[in-house]
Amino acid sequence: MNAMPPLPKQRKLSLKERYAHLTRGLGWETTYQPMDKVFPYVSYEGIKIHDWDAWEDPFRLTMDAYWKYQAEKERKLYAVIESFAQNNGHLNITDARYVNALKLFLTGVSPLEYSAHRGYAHVGRHFVGAGPRIACQMQAIDELRHAQTQIHTMSHYNKFFDGLHDPRHMHDRVWYLSVPKSFFEDACSAGPFEFLTAISFSFEYVLTNLLFVPFMSGAAYNGDMATVTFGFSAQSDEARHMTLGLEIIKFMLEQDEANVPIIQKWIDKWFWRGYRLLGLVSMMMDYMLPKRIMSWAEAWEMYFEQAGDALFEDLSRYGIRKPKYHEVASKEKHRLSHEVWSIFYNYTHAAAFHTWMPTEEEMTWLSAKYPDTFDKYYRPRFECWTEMQAEGKRFYNPTLPQLCVTCQIPMGFTEPDDPTTICFRSADYKGERYHFCSDGCKDIFQNEPEKYIQSWLPVHQIYQGNCGGAEVKDVLAWYHLNFGTDNFDYEGSPDQKLWEEWQAQKATNPV
Amino acid sequence: MSKVSITLQNTDEGRLLVEAIVADNPAAEVSWMPALTKIDCEDRLSLRRETIEARFGRRYDLQELQLSLISLAGNVEEDDDSFTLAWAQGAGSRKA
Amino acid sequence: MTVTAIGRYEFKSRDRLENFHGNQVVYWHWEEHLMYCAALALPLPPSMPFRTVLTDILPGCYNLHPEWSRVEWDTVTWMLDQRPFKPVLDASLAANNIGHKSLLRFWTPGLHGIGGCAT
Ligand SMILES: [Fe+2]
Ligand SMILES: [Fe+2]
Repeated sequence: MNAMPPLPKQRKLSLKERYAHLTRGLGWETTYQPMDKVFPYVSYEGIKIHDWDAWEDPFRLTMDAYWKYQAEKERKLYAVIESFAQNNGHLNITDARYVNALKLFLTGVSPLEYSAHRGYAHVGRHFVGAGPRIACQMQAIDELRHAQTQIHTMSHYNKFFDGLHDPRHMHDRVWYLSVPKSFFEDACSAGPFEFLTAISFSFEYVLTNLLFVPFMSGAAYNGDMATVTFGFSAQSDEARHMTLGLEIIKFMLEQDEANVPIIQKWIDKWFWRGYRLLGLVSMMMDYMLPKRIMSWAEAWEMYFEQAGDALFEDLSRYGIRKPKYHEVASKEKHRLSHEVWSIFYNYTHAAAFHTWMPTEEEMTWLSAKYPDTFDKYYRPRFECWTEMQAEGKRFYNPTLPQLCVTCQIPMGFTEPDDPTTICFRSADYKGERYHFCSDGCKDIFQNEPEKYIQSWLPVHQIYQGNCGGAEVKDVLAWYHLNFGTDNFDYEGSPDQKLWEEWQAQKATNPV
Repeated sequence: MSKVSITLQNTDEGRLLVEAIVADNPAAEVSWMPALTKIDCEDRLSLRRETIEARFGRRYDLQELQLSLISLAGNVEEDDDSFTLAWAQGAGSRKA
Repeated sequence: MTVTAIGRYEFKSRDRLENFHGNQVVYWHWEEHLMYCAALALPLPPSMPFRTVLTDILPGCYNLHPEWSRVEWDTVTWMLDQRPFKPVLDASLAANNIGHKSLLRFWTPGLHGIGGCAT
């Protein structure tokens, strides 16, 4: 019945034994230099570790297995990229508007993959135990692979569409990209334990599902098989990273009771930081995918409310509670994407991707998904904008917005209990005023004001004369953005013109 | 009371893995989405190497899961014969 | 609270007044008109009369809104940095106690946005 070959005579080491050989007994107490000089960052955050060997990677991945599986992933991915290019796969997407989600991804997310590579390489060096060092090293290599494969895959789109030509440069300069950039630099400039709580736990474990899973599923639904493939190739590593995130938290919590309040504070901070960053994802899901998988509100319910309940229930045995202001995020779920899309619609003349008003059919979908908010608060706004555009007066906000000092997003979020009023919060520090979009962002500032008074706020930087000039055109040139092609509404863009030509060709000579 | 979850790619191997999981975990709920499948299960969910090998018709190293995984929720416990996701039984039982 | 750091951690604010070449940043927000998605940031000389902002600056910011032409300044209610506020129109911003990074919110009675829904 069983056609499998008999087991080899020599006993193979079990998974647990192989992992133990890799991660135990490799480190030693240094003698030429004292340990605290060799590992200078490991204690100043106040986290106490008594037994580094208590760390265990649940996957127990050894180096040989790591190389083998990673090579297999690369082989599969490059086969797909190759055939996508040869078969002009970009012609099979649902609509060229979809490519704008890729533009945001390439300029906003892919550079973070590279930052993650650097971050994990750094903290991997600074942990004492061999277990976490190896897990961090593997993740550092994974993240470098993610950055490379994403750039490689999307380079195909760069041959045809605007706004994809200089993501690294844009990431460092363009106003809305300061949101992801400052998020990650905040984490990288923290100590190694906070970095892992921020990125491995709060971001990878708690929130990253909301970025990758609906986005990749959305890519598939919109005919973009290349993106699906790099997404899944990365996401298969992500499952391991998520496990690392949960493991590091439990490890720290189990090591010493005194670690609990420190970690809770970090979870509060990084939940809110990450949630604000995901505002960009909410608009991708509800507005930028021509064919939609699920709404932001549904994704939030599935991946934060339900999954988060289970997670924090599990962590409650250590005295950890749900992150502060999670209930505010849940209150915002019915308006987040609409508010964020409105912000980008206001300032598309300064963005490296296009925005547009949803079609009537799309508005019907939004009404159905957001029955309590869409028709009441957003449809009238969108209909007004649609009319203005029909009259040839597409609305662009001519004045730069106030930004939140912490998350750096324009202050377009409304009061938790009132969708008609902007939420303004402020604090004084050393005689100067600072403004925030939410209590969450204000708390983060007040816990570490010295850090956030250094925020490089794009609007203020323009006014200080640090961004190439005073006119939009000057600033866009400094961003390396092509005025008149990369920016403005999708309607009338070169992307649209090209796409419509392709569709016309398809119609006249079907292949 | 808490659900664990695993999400797999809709590839040939991924589909066989879903079948194997459903066979071993009758309480598992399966949701199909474009390109991926999410499986949720109360408290715990196990993949057994034997069940997978029977479907694949070949030897299977559980670490090959790395190639099909997208996401998971729950504490992971893996050895040579099984891969388990579980939430802790009874809060407060293992306080540090 | 301070930053947990490996050494001394003190920095100057990146947005301190002296970096704005004689201007100060003032935020203005027309309440119930969220077609303008957020408050506006304007670099203005502290010596500028309040009235000048209303006559020369804000129209260029807000006149795309169909309700803008119906704003009557003598009926408008103001908040300056979270306190009720009555501007002295001919006094300068500084003399009105409007400082660097002050926030001015204003409500226009009778004008509640398109369809009355704060847009
Ligand atoms: Fe990554
Ligand atoms: Fe904020």
